[in-house]
Amino acid sequence: MRNLPNCLLTSVFAALLLAAAGTGLAKAQDEPLRLEILEGVIAALPMAVPAFVAETEDVKELAGNITSVVISDLVGSGLFREIPPEAHISSITSLDTPVQYPEWRAINAEILITGTVKRLPKNSQGDRRIQVRFRVHDIVSRTGLGKGMQYVAPPEDWRRVAHKIADQVYSRVTGEEGYFDSRIVFVSEFGDKTNRTKRLTIMDHDGANLQHLTSGRDIVIAPRFSPDSREIIFTSFASGRPTVMRMNLADRRPKVLWKISDMTFSPRFSPDGKRVLISRTRSGNTDVYEVDLKRRVVNRLTTHSAIDTAPTYSPDGVQIAFESDRGRMPQIYVMNLDELKPRRISFGRGSYSTPVWSPRGDYIAFTKQLEGNFHIGVMRTDGSDEKLLTKSFLDEAPTWSPNGRVLLFFREERGERGGPSLYSVDLTGRNLKRLDTPWFASDPNWSKLR
Amino acid sequence: MRLVALSLACLVAVAACSPNETATTDSDSAEIGQAALEGIEATPFNSPEYLVQNIGDRVLFELDSSALTGEAEETLLDQAAWLRDNPQHMITVEGHADERGTREYNLALGARRSESVRSFLIQNGVQASRIGTVSYGKERPELPCSFEQCWSQNRRAVTVVESGG
Repeated sequence: MRNLPNCLLTSVFAALLLAAAGTGLAKAQDEPLRLEILEGVIAALPMAVPAFVAETEDVKELAGNITSVVISDLVGSGLFREIPPEAHISSITSLDTPVQYPEWRAINAEILITGTVKRLPKNSQGDRRIQVRFRVHDIVSRTGLGKGMQYVAPPEDWRRVAHKIADQVYSRVTGEEGYFDSRIVFVSEFGDKTNRTKRLTIMDHDGANLQHLTSGRDIVIAPRFSPDSREIIFTSFASGRPTVMRMNLADRRPKVLWKISDMTFSPRFSPDGKRVLISRTRSGNTDVYEVDLKRRVVNRLTTHSAIDTAPTYSPDGVQIAFESDRGRMPQIYVMNLDELKPRRISFGRGSYSTPVWSPRGDYIAFTKQLEGNFHIGVMRTDGSDEKLLTKSFLDEAPTWSPNGRVLLFFREERGERGGPSLYSVDLTGRNLKRLDTPWFASDPNWSKLR
Repeated sequence: MRLVALSLACLVAVAACSPNETATTDSDSAEIGQAALEGIEATPFNSPEYLVQNIGDRVLFELDSSALTGEAEETLLDQAAWLRDNPQHMITVEGHADERGTREYNLALGARRSESVRSFLIQNGVQASRIGTVSYGKERPELPCSFEQCWSQNRRAVTVVESGG
């Protein structure tokens, strides 16, 4: 992967200075710069994405749709800005004709994405697949940014192809993995506030392909993906009391994780998928336990008489963070699994809940309550460098994008008619956006890249 | 509390029996009360409704607390007496929290509240095997508004008498 040359980055120079000042991730002076997004981009990168060329007549609409999704993903990240097609003075008729760089430069484009779509002849299974090819051009330095690539897929998977292209562009420009070809599982909420119907629901990261996974008969809360994204673990009231269940997305039949008469909830898979952290309540006291899925044994990890819940693994699976009110108010504690000696890491004002370790390992996201407001925030794993990213009547339950750059959470409006919606915000606190869902939506969890 | 509940029941009964009558004045309220009592079907002492109507099926908690207040203990003493007198009934104590906490913490908090009630009832002579507990956290508020007057009613533990008993 090539880094972007200096001249491309004039518009984000201020952001780079911030990054250099604050983060330790800054580059040495003589290395080529590239878009550093840790401390945020001040100005989005102007890009031109002319409609992908349909090389066969029967994919004309598809080519337009793929182009739209690529643009929507990239613009949605807040890092890119689209120069609309009406402003283009050059056109793209094939992937191989030379790009007229001055004509794209004239409309101030810094990035150009070109693509073609065609329907392939029948393959040996008798299917007619689509072939989508694309290139990314650095207009300022007049070179290709990475190599041209192609995806071949069944036509019904066109959205995934578009997400993969957007991930490629994102990663070539930022040097980091993208997050567009991913899914979100959450809880859809219907009906009166005093008697909500709740259904597990899954969708693509941009809200497409939405499907319910449960009927709504039982209250369900806080679903989470397994690391391979093939399974969901969640808490259900199907038995009458909160019980952790696993559901394979292939058969969608929920199974009880641990058959005991106590209430179990707050599950989370280990990064290798072999263990699950849960909370179990016995005689009113809630502690954190770890279930070894293969050996089918359970270890108790906390023994305090306080509430210990909302556990999360570090990406290497060696440590956990959890929430405890052993210091009276809920605070975040971290411990090594081989020592089980919790140390408190949150010391700011207010209370701290729902710790979630970043997939990059550098931050822990949390929900904070302070002076009647709720915040989503992040801190280093030793508790330093706390930053609050949001503030409202009720913000709760952050979950990380696969690349650890964006947080998704739910925000609940107050009052009888109020309800929760999903929101995303960059790690920088910028680009706060509501995700459109057909119903009230809460408890999101973001999958890894597919 | 009991008196208020009873007189409210009378008023409701009056309204139901005589829909065409205009509002009554204070001066003839005694007569109304008498008439209402004749129209009312008494709630049997051993029915679950008796506990709801005459004792109170719930106790309320302070913010982020599972400690029983003096008022809560009085209600629970009456509940315990009723349960001792009606040994055929099983109960489930539901613990609830207001919306001003995170979902999973509130599940644990609701469990703590239902356990407070359970152990108080056991201390006061109710057999442990008759009492189940469940926490709903903030999933089932009693009142939907987002002010303290609703939140204080939502921080509760409700004694549900199983109808099969």
